[in-house]
Amino acid sequence: MSDVQAVKPVAPRTDVNKIGLTKNDYKGVPSTMCPGCGHDSISQGIISTFYELGIPPYQVVKLSGIGCSSKTPAYFLHPSHGFNAVHGRMPSVATGANVANRNLIVFGVSGDGDSASIGIGQMIHAIRRNTNMVYVVENNGTYGLTKGQFSATSDTGVPDHWGVKNDQTAIDLPMLAIISGCSFVGRAFSGDRKQMVPLLKAALAHEGCAFIDIMSPCVTFNDHPGSTKSYEYVKEHDEKLHDIDFIEEKSEIKIDYDEGSIRKVTLHDGSIITLKKLDTVDYDPSNKVNALKTLEEAYQKMEIVTGLIYFNESRKDLVSHLKLPKKPLIEFGEKDLRPSQQALGELMKSLK
Amino acid sequence: MAQKIVNDFSVRIATANGTGSQSANSTFFKALFRMGVCASAKNLFPSNIKGLPTWFQIRASRHGYSALKKHSEINILVNKDTYKKDHEDAAPHSIVIYDSAIMPEQDFNRRDLTYYPIPLTKIATESFDNARIRVLLKNIVYLGVVVELFKLDQEITEGVIRDTFSHKPKVVESNLKALHIGIDYVKNNVPKRDSYYYEKENTGRNNKKVVMEGNAATGLGFVYGGVTVMGWYPITPSSSLAESVIKYCEQYRVDSQGQNRFAIIQGEDEMASLGIVVGAGWAGARAMTCTSGPGISLMSEIAGLAYYAEIPVVIANVQRVGPSTGLPTRTQQSDIGMVANLSHGDTKHIMLFPANPKECFEFANESFDIAEQLQTPVFLMSDLDLGMNQWVCDEFDYPDKPYNRGKVVTEHDLKEMETFRRYFAGDEDQGIPSRTLPGTNHPLASYFTRGSGHDEDARYTEDAHVYWRNMKRLLKKFESSTQWLPKPVVEGQKGARIGFVAVGTSHDAVVESRDQLSQSGIKTKYLRLRSYPFHSDLHEFIDSCDQVIVVDQNRDAQLKELIQLSVANSEPKLLSLAYSDGLPLNAELLTQKTKELLNRE
Repeated sequence: MSDVQAVKPVAPRTDVNKIGLTKNDYKGVPSTMCPGCGHDSISQGIISTFYELGIPPYQVVKLSGIGCSSKTPAYFLHPSHGFNAVHGRMPSVATGANVANRNLIVFGVSGDGDSASIGIGQMIHAIRRNTNMVYVVENNGTYGLTKGQFSATSDTGVPDHWGVKNDQTAIDLPMLAIISGCSFVGRAFSGDRKQMVPLLKAALAHEGCAFIDIMSPCVTFNDHPGSTKSYEYVKEHDEKLHDIDFIEEKSEIKIDYDEGSIRKVTLHDGSIITLKKLDTVDYDPSNKVNALKTLEEAYQKMEIVTGLIYFNESRKDLVSHLKLPKKPLIEFGEKDLRPSQQALGELMKSLK
Repeated sequence: MAQKIVNDFSVRIATANGTGSQSANSTFFKALFRMGVCASAKNLFPSNIKGLPTWFQIRASRHGYSALKKHSEINILVNKDTYKKDHEDAAPHSIVIYDSAIMPEQDFNRRDLTYYPIPLTKIATESFDNARIRVLLKNIVYLGVVVELFKLDQEITEGVIRDTFSHKPKVVESNLKALHIGIDYVKNNVPKRDSYYYEKENTGRNNKKVVMEGNAATGLGFVYGGVTVMGWYPITPSSSLAESVIKYCEQYRVDSQGQNRFAIIQGEDEMASLGIVVGAGWAGARAMTCTSGPGISLMSEIAGLAYYAEIPVVIANVQRVGPSTGLPTRTQQSDIGMVANLSHGDTKHIMLFPANPKECFEFANESFDIAEQLQTPVFLMSDLDLGMNQWVCDEFDYPDKPYNRGKVVTEHDLKEMETFRRYFAGDEDQGIPSRTLPGTNHPLASYFTRGSGHDEDARYTEDAHVYWRNMKRLLKKFESSTQWLPKPVVEGQKGARIGFVAVGTSHDAVVESRDQLSQSGIKTKYLRLRSYPFHSDLHEFIDSCDQVIVVDQNRDAQLKELIQLSVANSEPKLLSLAYSDGLPLNAELLTQKTKELLNRE
């Protein structure tokens, strides 16, 4: 058998990316989510994103908190270091990893319980600090892992699995992210990978905290009639702001659309996202007031805005703000870190 | 006049917070230090920025004692709001200097006291136009009174003022003016009517010593130890520790391009601060945070994660009075019990107990080696007394030992390996596994860190045997840690069968009390613990005693309880001397309570 293979000419493989890895190399262990869970679609989207961009998985760290969403980093990018932290505290752990080794690509996964309730402070402050990370919230409006309690993103008046109505108001995470100073805010739907993947790619190219709220229906506890987070509801009420395409840095820019209907957004590494106008709306993601107005108007109509909602390339990310050298902090040894004997001597003298 | 009492008395200064008295008090203390006198200082201050009363005790001792003294021989009353109580509390036959411009003379009517009415406010007002400066310099005026009345060396005092404000010549000028106003007032108006004097000593006792706050020393130790990431949240009494890390990093760690070889992040709370440190420690940085009791309570969940996921982090706990908000500006050793098992489940943590700024420096420097070798949190247990007071201590030795980064498997190592198992430890490993750092470019490198049940390969598991095996390995690792931890210090009289055991700042009071007991014919020896888990020396020490008095600066005998749990069959010998009112311990109290415990009244 092996002899037969040896004489065969080696055909160029078509299923490998630019660093020679197959899509399989970006997979994780088999998922333990309920069959049909939106989170699995997101994991697939994440796998496609990293595979297509040809990012070496060893450069990536995937971090999460607690909940169904936070289990998912085990289901993608097996060759990457992972960290399943405690409930609501992923953003701080991600921040520490980011400043310790700025070369790491920090990919955070959270849920609506993890980020909109117990970890809402950490979410806001990671955004405020502009930790260089992708921050994905897999938003299903329910506490799946503890069997269907309302979350803080559950809409008012919407029934839970047992028909009990929620009387609390909902937190709109993209709106909160924009108000907190986020430099990149998007929303996607787990059922629309065509939109999710370019948005994830753009988030990875962005320097700073790129926040993406992904609607991800919970098939077990929040997919019933009356839910505003069910597959059917999100599909019907998805108000796309634009069609998104991501064009990688250094790749030849070919835009197939009619120039007049395209908005180009250039990211920090030189890559470009193109936003294709839909209908008559020419949505400008750099306008903060308009972004908030769009979200509020959609919320009043109980519609779900998706796309690149807000983008501000001028904010410095955390490592720049901290004036960190290009070389990651973890690579400095005692020669670089320990002050000299002379320094100690002088200090001792000054304390006399 | 009675015989001269030289360099062996205490001065207690009662002022209001935020009036600049700290600067005068520090100058006073530093001048004594430079005179070669054995001096110690305790600042008893309120949780307030401006206005509430604050007391400062400066003790001089011919016998080398540094603990808080119960009674002061000299009282300086500058605070109008507290003078009546301060006067009432003045020790019998002590000296009282008071601001007669704002305190009516008829209130000072004790026959046993010697009074020096000095119109401090009036003199300051006459001499300085600016109202704010007037308030600040009133304090220097009383320092001038001390210089003239008790012969605090004038030249040295002026030198301290010059050094303190070396970058502000105008401030030097006005301070010196205020000092001279005080000196001249006494010269011209106040005859000496007491026996207390300061004199220069030429024993050279302070030649190899420095004056430093424990928090500054701890911060410096972390910088020498190679901290690159600090997450912190402001809290008294640990904020000045964080600020010293910031100061020394800015001084020593900015490269020629103006880039920082450190990342310091003020978290939104203590949970985030430790979260940042855990993320950084996991990624391979030497990372630390500092806090006090309330912050430790909040950090508890993440401390458990770091223990179970085996992530090296260092947490400095500058203890203050609890429970709850407690007395934020008073000292206590009341987090020992909590920290030993911080977080839910079977959790055990390493603690280091420095007793002076030099140990703060050394332990902080070594804490990263310990944390990284053992891949676990290390708690540096300081307290407010140590952290925020100025101490005379030995000069620090330069730490020239190379950093020990523990078992980190690199890309190079992995090339020679068939498998990498994150949580596997062989028989020779004393429970300590190896780790790879995120970003290691090798297919074997990655693993999944989690606070949930995991096997040797870091995979999620609920398997009963695997869980138990892992918990036993963690215990083995914890117990083996003593070989890397600072050993106890034992001192004592030959043949003594009564032993003292204490940690940290109880030290000075124990030393002085042991001398007092010795004078009453009670011979003792003394073991000062410097780390937990406890070294086997403690077992031997207890074995060699008939009775062991465990000194605790808390109500619930937390140290004694921990010893009782750690040293088998020690219970019958252990006597608890547990007391804390928020003030540093004094020897008189310790001696009295010891005699009660031993029925030797």
